[in-house]
Amino acid sequence: MSILHTVNKSPFQKNDFSSCLSHANAGDAVLLIEDGVYGAVSGTEAAKQISSAEASVYVLGGDLAARGIASDKIADGITVVGYDGFVDLAAEHQAVNSWL
Amino acid sequence: MAYELDGQTIEHDEEGYLTDLTQWSEGMADILAKDEGIEMTDEHWEVVNFLREYYDEYQIAPAIRVLVKALKKTMGKEKGSNKYLYTLFPYGPAKQACKIAGLPKPTGCI
Amino acid sequence: MSEDMEEGGTVKKFMYMNRKAPYGTIYALEALEVVLIGAAFDQDVSLAFIDDGVFQLTKDQNTDDIGIKNFSPAFRALGDYDVTKLYVEKESLAERGLTQDDLMDLVWEDEDDDWAEKPSIIMVSRDEMKKVLGDQDVIMSF
Repeated sequence: MSILHTVNKSPFQKNDFSSCLSHANAGDAVLLIEDGVYGAVSGTEAAKQISSAEASVYVLGGDLAARGIASDKIADGITVVGYDGFVDLAAEHQAVNSWL
Repeated sequence: MAYELDGQTIEHDEEGYLTDLTQWSEGMADILAKDEGIEMTDEHWEVVNFLREYYDEYQIAPAIRVLVKALKKTMGKEKGSNKYLYTLFPYGPAKQACKIAGLPKPTGCI
Repeated sequence: MSEDMEEGGTVKKFMYMNRKAPYGTIYALEALEVVLIGAAFDQDVSLAFIDDGVFQLTKDQNTDDIGIKNFSPAFRALGDYDVTKLYVEKESLAERGLTQDDLMDLVWEDEDDDWAEKPSIIMVSRDEMKKVLGDQDVIMSF
């Protein structure tokens, strides 16, 4: 059984991303959306946590573009997906957990 | 929307539940029961008082199956049954009895 | 609510994940209401208390002066609704200077065991919580 976690809050304001990473199992996916995408920028404390996480981390391209974050700014190990990728992730996993 | 009792105005919501449960009194219960077409007997009061005590302790009006289970525990199998409660409160025990007891509608009751 | 909804359906594992303190936002109260409503559907329900969610279970809450209803007593009614598994994360408590002694003593009564009182709170480590979450069919986050 695996879970798709979504995080939509900036890691600089809330601990959702960090808490989510430490509660996600191997095989799970964590998708950063809305203000959650600020956690995908390389060099940030949030992005550093990703290397020790068991789950795979994704970020929604549309939300990055809206915030003017270029793809070369994304930390290593994070995969950029579009809305179609979001749908695929939701379909591939048993359950979705929207961290609020 | 309000009830009148002894010259006092007591507010209620669009479904007849008291807005402020501290305004409840036994006289108020009689008025609420009459509106529901119910003649209050000792058996009715037993359930109404039980609900008030439950609310006082837990701050929620219990769902019907919770009420049944709790009555079964304190008053035995005969009174702790859907059938018994529907005999007393034909239009839904949780709904009608809670209204008469001055409590909000049970959470999850449509 | 009718009693016959359980017929024919499969029982799923439902987890309500609580990560917010009780009075600053409406999330905690809304979660509790959803749990009470959802309890009518006879699923395998459990609750998780992580991060600030653990503040929901502290004892001696008194909201007289803030004009908000103290809904913490309702947690003691969860057993009546057959909600008997409340997972509390040890690390979240410790990070907030709390121990289990600071929490309400929550129990449920086992009808099949002469109404014996049994503890509802299950203390788990972060790693154990991770496994509990991974074992659910549905997770609702608040």
